[in-house]
Amino acid sequence: MAEPVLVLEALSKSFGALKVTDGVSLAVAPGELHALIGPNGAGKTTLVHQISGMLTPDAGTIRFRGQDVTAFNAEKRARHGLARTFQITSTIASLSALENVALGVQAKAGHPLSFFRNAASDERLNRPARAALDAVGLSERAHVPAGSLSHGEKRALEIAMALALEPAAILLDEPLAGVGKEEGERLIGLLKSLKGRYAMLLVEHDMEAVFALADTVSVLVYGRVIASGDPAAVRADPAVREAYLGEEG
Amino acid sequence: MSATPATAEVTSVAPPRERSRVVLPALLFLLLALVPLAVSFGMPAGWLALLTRALIFAIAALSLDLILGVGGLVSFGHAAFLGIGAYVTGIMITEGKSEALVILPAILVTCALFGAITGAVCLRTRGVAFIMITLAFGQMIYFLAQALSAYGGDDGLTLYEKSTLLGFNPFANRTSFYYTVLIALGGAYLLVRGLVASRFGRVLRAARENPTRVSVTGFDVTRVRLIAYVISGMLAGLSGFFLANHTEFVSPAFMSWQRSGELIFMAVLGGVGSLHGAIIGAVAYLIAEDALSHLTEHWRAIFGPLIILFVLFTRGGIVGMLRKLGSRHG
Repeated sequence: MAEPVLVLEALSKSFGALKVTDGVSLAVAPGELHALIGPNGAGKTTLVHQISGMLTPDAGTIRFRGQDVTAFNAEKRARHGLARTFQITSTIASLSALENVALGVQAKAGHPLSFFRNAASDERLNRPARAALDAVGLSERAHVPAGSLSHGEKRALEIAMALALEPAAILLDEPLAGVGKEEGERLIGLLKSLKGRYAMLLVEHDMEAVFALADTVSVLVYGRVIASGDPAAVRADPAVREAYLGEEG
Repeated sequence: MSATPATAEVTSVAPPRERSRVVLPALLFLLLALVPLAVSFGMPAGWLALLTRALIFAIAALSLDLILGVGGLVSFGHAAFLGIGAYVTGIMITEGKSEALVILPAILVTCALFGAITGAVCLRTRGVAFIMITLAFGQMIYFLAQALSAYGGDDGLTLYEKSTLLGFNPFANRTSFYYTVLIALGGAYLLVRGLVASRFGRVLRAARENPTRVSVTGFDVTRVRLIAYVISGMLAGLSGFFLANHTEFVSPAFMSWQRSGELIFMAVLGGVGSLHGAIIGAVAYLIAEDALSHLTEHWRAIFGPLIILFVLFTRGGIVGMLRKLGSRHG
């Protein structure tokens, strides 16, 4: 296997007496879609927050593209090519879809903070932004304020915002949460189209989606990875069935 | 962000909101430019002095709107910059340096330094804590001015001379004073407007709504806000320069927390975040203050509730009201 893009080594985090991340180690290879599943309260989002730099782990290291990024804050990790989406949609509601994505392009551009040129009409930002919107099927909605998009469209927009960073890895925190069946299928199709091009860590509740998409599945229960491997093996694992799959059907 | 039907939005190139953002400011500046003409045709001459003062405060309110309305940072110490600008002007004129091209750089550097140091501390906090710390820094400067016994201390400092500009005396004559301030305001408005539309401004606007998203996109939110804070402070310092020349007097009251509160009122009254709203708000505030104070000496008892009612019933201030009227009639 190629050198992994993202490696977690013995990551631990406690909130008071509660151990929410308990010695988690896992690796995501380039182009791999690694799904992280687990019951509610297993610590999935906390783990994603630690990987993206929004929370600091108590112990353990995070290596990204061969570099120890444990001490980096969120913006520095983003600049190194680590993009993420949120469980609760996180866009800039008053900016248009295009501007939301252009913000990401801008972060990647040579002069992220130039002061005088009008940003809205800057083709150096808008061209790549339109390409990213196109990739997620939102080109028709480019000028709609993000706040007026449908829920599923917002989820797709978040993915476009991640793509705009030209990332080496994308963390997807429940991209299908709260999305209806039809929009969900469209999003699964979108993730499929991105598969192989980016290393992705996908946190998801929708088991059907996970087993349709993932190359590797890890199961997180009470902050610990209790199983990790290819989807079929994980699905058959008795410990996993007992802890998780059984209760959800 | 009303839930308008999606299909209508797809094809719209220049939404009405964009249009009103050009027409209204242009109209506003045109009206302001005509004021001296109106005075020569019989408008009471007192209006020119009142409006000059209003435009001076408009520069300060506009600068505040950059951090308050655009950046979402409620600074309760903005009068400190106004006061620094006024005091640097007063002190330098007292010391015999009345040339604007000497005073202005001194003001901009002092305000930038004060803004960078206090901003770096304030911006470590959020919400109410931010308001309180900006207030505390404002009061610090206020008491510092009171302690400046060489320059009047508590009593303030009377100026026996006004600034010159390249040897000319733009402040000697009421009309030229008015136009000088109007030009400065126009320049400040275009500058701030350009900033808001730039890449920098986009990040600042985005961070007001969703700082987390902006930082995971790779931007240092605190740094962007600090830059805005410093620029805003420098512009407020500019208004202090005009204020000192206009009142020919500088006192610690220029930077009291009440004055900071008034600046917030002006921005809110006009409609935060629109920039020209801050100008309209400042003009409306000073005219209302003047009119009510002629009516009764207890004018504050009327003015306070009026402002509260106005803010309660007009979302988006005067600009929001005009926009609503505009969309109703075409």
